[in-house]
Amino acid sequence: MTGNGTGRDPAAGERPPLTRRDRRRNRIIAVTALVLVWCLLWGSFSWANVLGGLVLALAVLAAFPLPPVTFAGRVHPIGLLRFAVRFLADLVVSSVQVARLAFRAGEPPRSAILAVAPRIRSDLNLTLTGVALSLIPGSLVIEVDRRAGVLYIHALGLRDAEDVERFRRSVLDLEARIIGAIGSREERRVIAAARGSPPPPLPPTPPGAGKDPTA
Amino acid sequence: MSLEPILDVVVAVCLIGGALLCLSAGVALVRFPDLMSRMHAATKPQTLGLLLVLLGCALRLRTREDVTTLVLIALFQLATAPVAAHMVGRAGYRSRLVRRDLLVTDELAADAERIGRENGEGGPAR
Repeated sequence: MTGNGTGRDPAAGERPPLTRRDRRRNRIIAVTALVLVWCLLWGSFSWANVLGGLVLALAVLAAFPLPPVTFAGRVHPIGLLRFAVRFLADLVVSSVQVARLAFRAGEPPRSAILAVAPRIRSDLNLTLTGVALSLIPGSLVIEVDRRAGVLYIHALGLRDAEDVERFRRSVLDLEARIIGAIGSREERRVIAAARGSPPPPLPPTPPGAGKDPTA
Repeated sequence: MSLEPILDVVVAVCLIGGALLCLSAGVALVRFPDLMSRMHAATKPQTLGLLLVLLGCALRLRTREDVTTLVLIALFQLATAPVAAHMVGRAGYRSRLVRRDLLVTDELAADAERIGRENGEGGPAR
């Protein structure tokens, strides 16, 4: 989430380089998405639009290359559906909650800033978990420690330490659903093994730069 | 019985529901105590509110060109709102615009300066 220029990014050199196949797959996904947006803008999927979009997409990707994303998993339709349904439900419930807080009389709502370490520390998982959290009302990612793999979340309407722990667990549940939707076999195994156990302790302050966060 | 009246009711529910959520976001902007809580109000109920309004419009318009544009608006809203909220929230925390007396806990306080440095910030955070 905290996108900085690659030049100053301390973690940029720590991820293993992508293989040629991964790079090609990432490029195909990016081109497909850009062509889709182009066709949606024009409102029809005619050959002219697809071909024009293709040329434009290649030009855009040549001018603004995307940062490398490692994606080892595959898409699980049932997991994806489960994630989507639960996400929409969360969106509605939390929207109503925040709206109620807005109209409620009395003292202003209290909130908390908590650190949560997702169990899978890949860039993709950190980003997706952070984005999903930020879309759901009442939670907002305000800082990311990419090297340690920790999200710092501002949560609205928490009253005491018990609420904080409940919220922490809900973040890990959200992560489990994301991994269930797009995780690799290894990632799903880690999540399944951790089910029911308490949240992992935060990783210790990493000493100096140059450590591999995935090790 | 035709489909049209039912659709009209669904459209009305979507539009009014969306409008009410946007109203609640406006009220929250005025009433919430600090920048962070206002960010929640500005980015969130309004997300669902906008989606509902778009859904209502799509059901009403039902022409392909309009619907594809509405889909795009929804996609870009979902893609950009978290980034904007994150950047403002992050800047707000660093500028000390958080009401600390209203925080149950602040687990970022101890690490804020180190992370700020690692994420490529110049001087110290405070």
